[in-house]
Amino acid sequence: MESSTPQRQLVIPGELIASGGLKSGEGTYSEDGKVFAAQLGLRSERGGVVSVIPLSGRYIPRADDEVIGQVVDLGPSHWLLDINAPYPAPLHATESPWRVEFGDTAKYLDIGDSAICRILQVDETKRVQVTMREQGLHRLEGGQIVEVSHSKVPRIIGKGGSMVMMIKKYTKVQGFVGQNGRIWLEGNVEDVMIAIRAIRLIEEHAQALGLTEAVKEFLDRAYAQRA
Amino acid sequence: MEDIEHIPKEIQLVDDSGRRLDGRALDELRPIRIEAGVLKRADGSAYIEWGDNRVLAAVYGPREAHPRHLQDPARALVQCRYNMAPFSVSDRKRPGPDRRSVEISKVAGEAFAAVVFTEQFPRTSVDIFIEVLQADAGTRCAGITAASVALADAGVPMRDLVASCASGKIAGQVALDLNKEEDNFGDADCPMAVVPRTGEIVLLQMDGHLMEDEFDRAMKLSMNAAMKIYEMQKEALRRRYVVTDAEALLEERGVDT
Repeated sequence: MESSTPQRQLVIPGELIASGGLKSGEGTYSEDGKVFAAQLGLRSERGGVVSVIPLSGRYIPRADDEVIGQVVDLGPSHWLLDINAPYPAPLHATESPWRVEFGDTAKYLDIGDSAICRILQVDETKRVQVTMREQGLHRLEGGQIVEVSHSKVPRIIGKGGSMVMMIKKYTKVQGFVGQNGRIWLEGNVEDVMIAIRAIRLIEEHAQALGLTEAVKEFLDRAYAQRA
Repeated sequence: MEDIEHIPKEIQLVDDSGRRLDGRALDELRPIRIEAGVLKRADGSAYIEWGDNRVLAAVYGPREAHPRHLQDPARALVQCRYNMAPFSVSDRKRPGPDRRSVEISKVAGEAFAAVVFTEQFPRTSVDIFIEVLQADAGTRCAGITAASVALADAGVPMRDLVASCASGKIAGQVALDLNKEEDNFGDADCPMAVVPRTGEIVLLQMDGHLMEDEFDRAMKLSMNAAMKIYEMQKEALRRRYVVTDAEALLEERGVDT
């Protein structure tokens, strides 16, 4: 991301970001043919659409996002997951990978358990449904979960997954980065701690130039110290 | 009011050269400093020093609105709480909401509801907290100014920031941004909040009396000041989100980040 695109312009809500010819995309609004920023973020222009990439803000669920949910409530045939969004996400028994008898939901996922799931759909009133009936979606056992702001997730994943792959390569930690800003990590405790510190570094300096190199240097040094 | 009119006003609020008690001109603001992102737990926050006012603002949300019956299926609620610390004034303020702070919470919340894109987040609530740590008149304006920076810091989609400023009448003259003495011994105080891009007024109150032409002049003063405050708000946000050089930061801190 950092080498291919020039430095992006920081915009503040209410700022004029296009005065004609461009369509209003996400994080923007238009008035009299002019486009203004609706959110604090970086201005981005692609295919005639101008949008704002947010630098902060809560995670708002979108269909097809893979997220880490935590069970907060049980029903006889569904679980209620907290997906770090303003809305709770029900997971129906028929959308789980198991054959659940009526009333037996706690056998498979109990309150406090976490799982990787996919957002099935979000309707206009923001009612969310999630599913676990797909490849790679499963209950999380062991390891630990760290939370970051969802707006930092693209930087943690890196271009084509480069950042996350680098961290995994160095630390040999198993992990999954949810779109909702929850990250699951499992492995040797010391390695996990280094991975967390690397993630915090990315989180703190998400807009920094040369971030990949800085994280690489951090990992190099961290492992050089231990060796 | 009438029965105290005979008491001579002891304080001369404006001297012969047109300077005020703190040396300001009639159309001069007190010094303002804004800092964005000062709290870690809140989604967004800001701290403002406005003369001798010290105000902290925090924003949470959009988050699930509680209690549930308050939820609006069509839009988000904007809930605001203005609160003064017991030590914010010279006599201890009895803690908890009182008539005045309930009113300010209401009007400030309504001012923000006018700019936030509430329809994007049905059934949720955006919670704004304004905590006055030290008061020296004009705390609602300072609070609104800080809270709007905190809202932007929280990434809440909104039409524009809200800038707020008061003006009033002291010693028979229209003046901008009254301080405590001027507010106590002055003739009128008129706080307002504005959406700077459109000039739309989202809060307007008045304590005391102004003639129509005095009111017009006061509004003009406040409007000009609000534009200056708007620039300070944007500057505070830019400072918080500057593009930093990660390598330099790493150098500074060594490996133990």
